[in-house]
Amino acid sequence: MSNSILTRRSVLQTGAVAGAGLALPTILTAGSHSGYTNAPTGGTVTLGFNVPQTGAYADEGADELRAYELAVEHLNGGGDGGMMNTFSSNTLEGNGILGKKIQYVTGDTQTKSDAARASAKSMIEKDGAVMITGGSSSGVAIAVQGLCQEAGIIFMAGLTHSNDTTGKDKKANGFRHFFNGYMSAAALAPVLEARYGKDRNAYHLTADYTWGWTQEESIAAATEAMGWKTVNKVRTPLKATDFSSYIAPVLNSGADVLVLNHYGGNMVNSLTNAVQFGLRDKIVNNKNFEIVVPLYSRLMAKGAGANVKGIFGSTNWHWSLQDEGSKAFVKSFGTKYGFPPSQAAHTVYCQTLLYADACNRAGTFNPCGVGEALEGFEFDGLGNGKTLYRAEDHQCFKDVLVVKGKENPTSEFDLLEIVEVTPAAQVSYAPDHPMFAGGDLGACNPGA
Amino acid sequence: MLGLEKKDFTLLLIVAAMVVFAPFILNPFPEGSSLAQMFNAGYPDLMQRFAIFGILVIGFNILFGLTGYLSFGHAAFLGAGSYAAVWMFKLVGYDIIPAILLAILVSGLFSLLVGYVSLRRSGIYFSILTLALAQMMFNMAYSVLGNPSSGYNLTNGETGLQVYNSDPQIFLSATGQNFPNLLGFSMRSETHLLIGNWDFTLNAGYYLSGLLLLISFYISIRIFRSPFGLMLRAVKSNQQRLHYTGLNTRPYTLAAFVISGMYAGLAGGLLACMDPLAGAERMHWTASGEIVIMSILGGVGTLIGPILGAGFNEYFKNILSKINDSVLHEWMAFLPDGFENVMVTLIHPFVGKGWHLTLGLLFMAVIIFLPGGLVEGGQRIGKLFRRTKADKPSDETPAGKETE
Amino acid sequence: MDAIILQILNGLDKGSAYALIALGLTLIFGTLGVVNFAHGALFVIGAFCAVTLNRIFSISFETIDPTKTDFLGNPATIKTTYLEHWFGPDPAAWMTDWSVPLAILLAVPVMLLVGVIMERGLIKHFYKRPHADQILVTFGLAIVLQEVIKFFYGANPIQMAPPEVFIGTMDLGVWLGFEANAIAYPYWRLVYFLFSAVVIGAVFAFLQFTTFGMVVRAGMADRETVGLLGIDIDKRFTITFAIAATVAGIAGVMYTPITPPTYDIGVELLVLSFVVVVVGGMGSLPGAVLAGFLLGIVESFASMNEVKNILPGIDQIIVYLMAIVVILVRPRGLMGRKGVMED
Repeated sequence: MSNSILTRRSVLQTGAVAGAGLALPTILTAGSHSGYTNAPTGGTVTLGFNVPQTGAYADEGADELRAYELAVEHLNGGGDGGMMNTFSSNTLEGNGILGKKIQYVTGDTQTKSDAARASAKSMIEKDGAVMITGGSSSGVAIAVQGLCQEAGIIFMAGLTHSNDTTGKDKKANGFRHFFNGYMSAAALAPVLEARYGKDRNAYHLTADYTWGWTQEESIAAATEAMGWKTVNKVRTPLKATDFSSYIAPVLNSGADVLVLNHYGGNMVNSLTNAVQFGLRDKIVNNKNFEIVVPLYSRLMAKGAGANVKGIFGSTNWHWSLQDEGSKAFVKSFGTKYGFPPSQAAHTVYCQTLLYADACNRAGTFNPCGVGEALEGFEFDGLGNGKTLYRAEDHQCFKDVLVVKGKENPTSEFDLLEIVEVTPAAQVSYAPDHPMFAGGDLGACNPGA
Repeated sequence: MLGLEKKDFTLLLIVAAMVVFAPFILNPFPEGSSLAQMFNAGYPDLMQRFAIFGILVIGFNILFGLTGYLSFGHAAFLGAGSYAAVWMFKLVGYDIIPAILLAILVSGLFSLLVGYVSLRRSGIYFSILTLALAQMMFNMAYSVLGNPSSGYNLTNGETGLQVYNSDPQIFLSATGQNFPNLLGFSMRSETHLLIGNWDFTLNAGYYLSGLLLLISFYISIRIFRSPFGLMLRAVKSNQQRLHYTGLNTRPYTLAAFVISGMYAGLAGGLLACMDPLAGAERMHWTASGEIVIMSILGGVGTLIGPILGAGFNEYFKNILSKINDSVLHEWMAFLPDGFENVMVTLIHPFVGKGWHLTLGLLFMAVIIFLPGGLVEGGQRIGKLFRRTKADKPSDETPAGKETE
Repeated sequence: MDAIILQILNGLDKGSAYALIALGLTLIFGTLGVVNFAHGALFVIGAFCAVTLNRIFSISFETIDPTKTDFLGNPATIKTTYLEHWFGPDPAAWMTDWSVPLAILLAVPVMLLVGVIMERGLIKHFYKRPHADQILVTFGLAIVLQEVIKFFYGANPIQMAPPEVFIGTMDLGVWLGFEANAIAYPYWRLVYFLFSAVVIGAVFAFLQFTTFGMVVRAGMADRETVGLLGIDIDKRFTITFAIAATVAGIAGVMYTPITPPTYDIGVELLVLSFVVVVVGGMGSLPGAVLAGFLLGIVESFASMNEVKNILPGIDQIIVYLMAIVVILVRPRGLMGRKGVMED
C-alpha cells in the first residue's frame, strides 16, 4: 500500500479545498427575511398534503387526499361549500385564506417516519409550503410534527390516535383534531360494562409499536377500573400476517374477552383469525366470549367483512351522523366521489378548514399567530358537536362515537352502527394525566 | 496530483465541480414556473440526499464492486450510524463532530461483527446471511428495543429516535444551538442567491455532505488503485485460485466489509445531522435492496457509477412521487380537453402513488439492457461519437461485463 | 399439552405455505440455476386470481328500487349478479360460496401462462448472467407485479370466505382424549394442510414417475451432461418454471380465506421462503418441504408467551436465527447433497 500514504503536501491541499467548501456559504449574504418560514408572497398560498400513497395505508391516504382536494375547492370558492356553511366561525368566504388562493402540493409518507420527513422537507424547502398536514399513523405524525416544530411550520395532524402525539411528543407547532387512545378507552369502557358486565377477564393482543402500546395501556386501565381482570397482554410483531399462533393460546387461557389493539391490516388479520378459531362461538366462565376492537375504521371494517358484525369499537366520526355539518360534508364528498367519506377524510377536511379559519382570525400565516388563534378555540358545526382545541396540549376535545359492526348492512358502506355518542366531558382528562406526562409543548417556532 | 493518476484526478475534479455547482445545475428552471415546481432538484434536502447516498453507495461499491460480495443488509449499518449520532445529540449536544465519529465507530463495530460471521460463506449464502442479520437488527430496533416503557429503549421504535427538550445534552449550553451544527455553524443555515427569476439555495449541510462525499470519493479512488484494491479484485475474479496459492483472503474481504460499513455509518451519521431523527425503516431489507439498486443503476465496480446511481434513484423517487393529477392536468392544459384527459389517465398509474411501478420498470430496463448501468450507457453513447478510436480495455468497464 | 399440540398444528399450517413456495423456488433453482426473487409475487398473483373470480361472480347489473334510498337519499339501485340471472339463485349461491376452490380452475391456466411468459420473456436471458443480476432483475419484477396488483385492487386487505361447510372449528381434542373444545382447529386450515400435502405429493410423484420428471431430476443433478445428451432443455426449463409458478399460485389461492390478501404479502413471504430453501438445502426438494414445516413449527413455538417472556422479541427473529445457524454449521442445509453450493 505504498502509494496510498498521504504526503504532507496533499494533506495541505485537501485541507485548502475543505476550507474553501466550508467558507463558501458564508461569503454570500442572506436574502429575504419576512419573520417566518415560507411567508406567502403574491396571490397564492401553498399547503402541503403529506399522506401515505404507497404501503399498507395507501387507501386511507387516497381518501385523505380526496378530502383535502375537496377542502381546497371549497375554501377557494368552488363546489357547494360543504361544512364551511355549518362551521360556527364565519371568516371563511370562499376567497382562499386571507384573500390568497390556495395551492397545494402532495407527498408520499409511505407510512415510514423517515420517508415522511423527507417528503415534508421537500414540500417546505422546495415548494414553500406554509403548513403541512396529513399522516395515517402515529409514528409518522409524531416524526413530522417534530420536523415542523424545527422548521417553523404549522403541522395539522391527520389520522393519529396514539396518546403520545399530544402527550409525551406534543409540540407547539402541532395540532390534532383526531381523538386518541385514552378517549377511545374512556368512551368504550362504560358501554362494555353495560353490555358485558363488571366481571370479565380480558386478554390483550397488541401490535408491538408506539400506538399499540398506548392503546393497550389506555384500554387496560379503563377496563380494570370498572372491575375487569387482565389475564394477559401479548405483543404481536407489526409485520405479522398470520395470527394463529397468538390466537390459539387465548382458547384455554380462561379469558372471556379478547381485546385487539390492532389497526389496519393487523386488525383485519387478527380479527379474521380469531373468528376462524371459533372464539365468538365459545362460552367461557358461563359467558359468551366477546371481542373488542378499540379503534375502528370503516375502510378496515370493509377488509374484515362479515367478521366485524356485533363487535364494539370507537371511531372519531361516521358518515351516518345526522347533524348538519356531517350531512353537508357527506353530501358534497359523496356527490363528488360517489361514496361516503371515511373518518380519515373527515378529520383532514376539518383540519384544513380549522387552519384556514385560524389564519383568517389571526390575520397572518405566522405559525405563532395561527397557533394562538387555534389555542383554546371553541367551535361547532364540523360534525362532532361542540369542540375545544385545548391550549395546554393542542388536542381537540369532542364527543366520541362508540360503534358496533352492523348485523345487517344495507350497503357496502353501511358497516358500522353508532351505539352511543359519548359526550366530550366524559372523555376529557387533565393535561398532566400520567398517560400524557413527560411532554413539553415548548415555544412556538416561526422559523426563519 | 494528490497521489492520483491524471485520469483519476480529472474525475475527482469533475465530481468536485459537480458538488460545488449542484445548487445551480439542479435548478435549471426559473422560480414559479410549473417546470420548476416539478423538476428543480436544487433544494437542500434533496441535494443532501444526493451527497449522503452517494457516500453510502461509494462505500457499498468498495465491497460489492471490488470483491463481488453482494450484501443485502447494508442498510442496517446506515441505521446503526444514525442511531449513534442521534444518541450523541441527546446526550452530549448538537455538535456534529462527536456524532459523526461515534456513528462511524458504531457502524464499524457492527460491520466487523456481521462481516466476521457472514464472510465465512460466499455467494448467495453470504447474501442471505447479511440479509438475516440485518433483518434481525431491524426487527429489534423497530419494536423490542424501542419500547419507551421497557427500560432499554434504544431506538424509540416506530416513531424514530429524536431529541427531546428533557434530554441531558451536557454541552448544549456552550454553543446555544438547537440544531446540529459544526462549531456553532448550523447545518440548516443557508443563503439564497437571487439571480433574475432564479432562486439558488446554498445550504451549509449540503456543502458539508458534499465535502465529505469528495473525501470519500478520494479515499475510494486510492483504495481502487492500491495493492489492497487489486487483491480485492482478485477475490472477485477467482477466489479459489487465491486459496490454492495459500493466500487467506478473509482478512482482505473483512477489511473491505468494515470499510464499506464505516462509509454507511458516515452516511447514517450525516443523515442524522441534516435531520436529527433516526427511524428504523432505514434498516429494512428493502432499504438494503435500494442500495444495491443504486449501485447497479450507476455501474458496479466503476468509480463514478455509485454517485450517478444514487443521484438518479433519489431524484426520481422525489420527483415522481410528487406528481399528482392536478399537476398532470396543468401540464397537459395545452392539449384539447378530451385528449388531455386521455393523457392524464395514461400517465396517472406511473406517477404519484404509482412511483414504485415506474422505478421498478426503470430498474429492470437498466439491468436487462445496460448491465453496466448508467456508466455503460454513457460509454455506449460516447462510442457512437468516436467510432474510429480503437477499443482498448478500460478499467472503468462495469462489473456486469467482467464476469462474462 | 393442548397448547403445544395447537402450536404444532399452527406450525404445520404456516409451514404448508412456506413449503409450497420453497418447493417452487428449489425446483427453479435446481433445474434452471436461477434465483427467483419474484416467487413471492407469484403467490400473490394466485391469491388475486381468487379475488378476481369472486369479483367476476359478483358482476351485476343495476335496477332502481324506488322504495329504498342510498346514503345520499337518492333512490337505491339494486344489484343483481349476472350469475344469478343466468343460472338461477341456487347454483349462483353455490358458486359464490365455493369461489375460492373454484378459483384454482382459473389460477392453473393463468399461472401456467404467467410462468411461460416470465421464463420465455425474461428469465431465459439471465441463465448466463451472475446470480446477483438474476436476484436484481426478479426483484425489480416483483416490485412491478405487486404495484400492478395494487393499481387494480388497492392496498386494503380483501376478505375472502371459505365455503360455508368449512367455516367453524373441528374438535380434534376429543379424538386424542382431551376434554371437549380443548383443541378446536378451524376446518379450512385443516383443508389447507391436506391440500398442500396433496400438491407436494403430486409434484414428487410427477418427478418420480414420469420421463419428464426423470429428465428434470437428472438436470438438477448434472445440468451440463443432460444438455450434452442432446435433450432439449429449453422447453423443459420453461415447463418446469411454469409448474413452479402454478404451485406457488394455487398455494396463494387456497391461502386467501386464512389471511385476507393484500398486494404486498409477497415481500415478507419471499424472505421467509428463501430462508426455508437455505435451511432445507439449496436444490433439495424434500429438504425444502421438511424445512418449510420445521420453520413453521419453530416460529409458532417462538410466538408462545412462555417463550417470549424469557426471550422478548424472539418471535420476530427466530427464522433468521435459524438460517444463520444452519448456514454456519451446515451450509448444505438439512438435506442438501454434499458439495452442492458449498464453499
